[in-house]
Amino acid sequence: MNRSRTRPLVALASATALLTTAGCGAADMTKQASPFAAPAGVKTVTLSVQSWVGAQANVAVAEQLLKEKLGYRVDLVQTDEVPAWDALSQGRVDAILEDWGHPDQEKLYVDEKKTIVRGGDLGVTGHIGWYVPKYFADQHPDVTDWKNLNKYADQLKTAESGGKGQLMDGSPSYVTNDVALVKNLDLDYKVVFAGSEAAQITQIQQFAKEKKPFLSYWYQPQWLFNEVPMVEVKLPEYTEECAAKDPKDIDCAYPTTPLQKFLNADFVERGGDAADFLKKFHWSEQHQNEVSEMIASQRLTPEEAAKRWIERHPEVWRKWLPQE
Amino acid sequence: MATAQATPVRPARSGTGRGPLAALRERPAAGKLLLLALAAAVLVPLVHGRWGGGAWPDALTADLSGPLGSVTDWIVSNRDSHPLFLYFFGHISNAVVLSVRGVYLVLLALGWAGVTVLAAAVAWRVAGIRLALTAAASFLACGLLGMWVPTMQTLALMVVAVLASVVLGLLLGLAAGLSDRVFRILRPVLDTMQVLPAFAYLLPVVLVFGIGVPGAVLATVVYAAPPMARLTALGLRGADGGVMEAVTSLGATGRQRLLTARLPLARKELLLGLNQTIMMALSMAVIASVIGAGGLGDRVYQALSAVDVGAALAAGIPIVLLAVVLDRTTEAAGRRIGAEPTGPALLRGWRGWGLAALVTAAVALVGRLTDGRVWPDDVTVAIAGPVNTAKDWMVDHLYTGVPVVGGTADLASHFTSGVLNPLRSGLTSLPWWSVLLVVAALAWTIGTWRTAATAVLAMAAIGVLGVWEPSMDTLSQVIAAVAVTLVLGFSIAIGAARSARLEKLLRPVLDVFQTMPQFVYLIPVVALFGVGRAPAAAAAVVYALPAVVRITTQGLRGVDPAAMEGARSLGATPGQQLRQVQLPLARPSLLLAVNQAVVLVLAVVIIGGLVGSGALGYDVVFGLAQGDLATGLVAGAAIVCLGLMLDRVTQPTARRQRQES
Repeated sequence: MNRSRTRPLVALASATALLTTAGCGAADMTKQASPFAAPAGVKTVTLSVQSWVGAQANVAVAEQLLKEKLGYRVDLVQTDEVPAWDALSQGRVDAILEDWGHPDQEKLYVDEKKTIVRGGDLGVTGHIGWYVPKYFADQHPDVTDWKNLNKYADQLKTAESGGKGQLMDGSPSYVTNDVALVKNLDLDYKVVFAGSEAAQITQIQQFAKEKKPFLSYWYQPQWLFNEVPMVEVKLPEYTEECAAKDPKDIDCAYPTTPLQKFLNADFVERGGDAADFLKKFHWSEQHQNEVSEMIASQRLTPEEAAKRWIERHPEVWRKWLPQE
Repeated sequence: MATAQATPVRPARSGTGRGPLAALRERPAAGKLLLLALAAAVLVPLVHGRWGGGAWPDALTADLSGPLGSVTDWIVSNRDSHPLFLYFFGHISNAVVLSVRGVYLVLLALGWAGVTVLAAAVAWRVAGIRLALTAAASFLACGLLGMWVPTMQTLALMVVAVLASVVLGLLLGLAAGLSDRVFRILRPVLDTMQVLPAFAYLLPVVLVFGIGVPGAVLATVVYAAPPMARLTALGLRGADGGVMEAVTSLGATGRQRLLTARLPLARKELLLGLNQTIMMALSMAVIASVIGAGGLGDRVYQALSAVDVGAALAAGIPIVLLAVVLDRTTEAAGRRIGAEPTGPALLRGWRGWGLAALVTAAVALVGRLTDGRVWPDDVTVAIAGPVNTAKDWMVDHLYTGVPVVGGTADLASHFTSGVLNPLRSGLTSLPWWSVLLVVAALAWTIGTWRTAATAVLAMAAIGVLGVWEPSMDTLSQVIAAVAVTLVLGFSIAIGAARSARLEKLLRPVLDVFQTMPQFVYLIPVVALFGVGRAPAAAAAVVYALPAVVRITTQGLRGVDPAAMEGARSLGATPGQQLRQVQLPLARPSLLLAVNQAVVLVLAVVIIGGLVGSGALGYDVVFGLAQGDLATGLVAGAAIVCLGLMLDRVTQPTARRQRQES
């Protein structure tokens, strides 16, 4: 390396050194809050919101209570699930309130790196499955068993699915084995990814309006069931051994998951009341759906929906607050 | 122009019965095709015998999922310990956070009144009183929509991103403007950066910087800096030789020449660069909400996930207003350069600026004292409800059972099975080498062998990456959407070129379509066209249409009036005038319109992954959602290659014109 090359390098090195001594040494990018957080210099909590409405309901209620009862400023960040784990481990967000099971991430961040800690059950049990609308199941009761699905492939095909039946999946960020399931169960179906939950809901609403049959990946608890009643299609029973298989070989139903909360490890240590509160946050499916529906069907803002729920159910949330 | 005039003459010449070689020389395109055909005749049997036809042969792919997977793992496990992150990325990230925060706090401190007055004052100083009023009204509208805080967040992000882009662009542009070597190296890089659909490179940024503002700002800078660099270089290179010589003869040093002559002479290009940079940064600020940029984009994105078109629109309108104000202000500033100062002497130059600063400070102070810093919650207009009602009505009445044309759902399903499906199966069943041949032929006939080589290599890279089939799928969607865009765009433009009133009426509509974040369209198109490739195509058409209409209208209008008059005096009907005079003469503009349509449609077809368009767009969304670098990055690279190929195939003399426009 000649002299003229080294000079800028030396300059760069000394500039870095200067920055290092002047600033706080190494810049830990895992410890940077959002620039929009807490302009007034108050206590803040940053929550991750996932794209489905149930998650918005959790967050909206937690946000209201943290603000009104505990005097926090709350920031929300909307991301997909896996990036949210990443952000949680980096401290960009303080908590995920509803996780549907990410064993890889749990192993990496909770067990190995210890940057994330478990926050306990949310109280809501989640279940993923395949669903058909009730009006269709009433006409053809045997459609609710996977063994008979091939009979109906013809009725369920769309322009997108080509000659096969359409199994509609939602957002690419959701936990799904559907492509493997269709293949391993020899079903005459094509998985069409709606690409986002919003697109999937819109499409289901459209189908329902015309009473057209459809088959969709869907999950409970979900407010849309109140608007479009759906019946689950039975898949081969879920077993531990089946779940342990290579994702490509899975040929059984989805598990029933008690949904989990996860908190950033540093936040738990320094978060005080907010961390306590989020650990105690625990409610039922009915409560969550009550809020979800106000948001999604009645088109209230999440804020307004949460306020109404808080007014109606003081007995539930009072237990989450720190004892005085 | 030369080619356009040659067209009518050609048949006469080739009929003169000279030798075939001479005929070929006069028709370079035919010569190129012949050469290509010869090469194909030799190569194809060889290639076909070795690898067969159909989809891209497996033997020629490179599987990158292993190495990319280990890169991901390395980044995740070293992000909080490796010096590269601690001392390099960490400081960048810190600097971004601090500066965005600084700007944001200043904006909050000014209060809504202060910011509004400041915007109006700046617009008044650089662009005149009318724009000052527009700016003030726009900011008040953002407040009225209940979007004050998100607007300020977006603005803070924009200020930092635009400043960084301008500095970076200026530096690159300076280097390219002063050194031929740098110019040659930089040009293809900038070309490529401009063709990139922004969505494709969010993933690597997220992986290094995590979600949030730093990554968003950096992605924006990468996207928005190229036009600044390009136009700076253009301005510096275009400096009048006579002036430069005069300056040199006066004994100015290199630096003096640059600062006193070259840069001032390039002011117009610099301002145009700024204008372009601002517009691109704004569109990126919305897309970056996918990686947690916050602000208005985030509101649009959240509304999208709640299927709430009204809320999406409420957040989309401020983006449009910001875009219109920033665009018109910088544009007017560019036009005013070198003009005589107007108005009373008291308000000229630095005195005017001082007055503007004084008024702003006074208003901000009053706002502070009266506690009017945050926009009052009760002074908002909730548009979400009515908009949703209107949308529901539209969907209810258009989805099915419209007499004669059929509902939008039927339309979409016909489009999918009648156009998209055959196109896709056609493209995927074509032997891979024939696709390369077609690409080569197209690119070579309109461009040089270099463009042909770039296009073919880009296409081959897609095959090597192992995503040939999804790429053909995406390509089929692009072709279909471009065709629809062109048919609609050309017909609208022909109308607009004839009637000044129609053009005037269209202008605001086009503005809105062009600046409204694409996310806002996605839900209405799903409601109208169902899930799949059809809604993605529809959104792409809406997005690309304005550019096509604008460029075509301008081209048709710019046709030499004498030629039109001549045709008219020969008794040509309006239809004949259009077909035989206007369209041929406007050919360069039409080609540019095609090129723009292709690039813009590609950008939206990718976002269509969010509404079920599948293929490459879905892979990118999937990669982002699952943090899967292998899938996401490979699909992103394929999109880039596809964009590059399409750009080259549709871009004859267009490059130079785009720089001028």
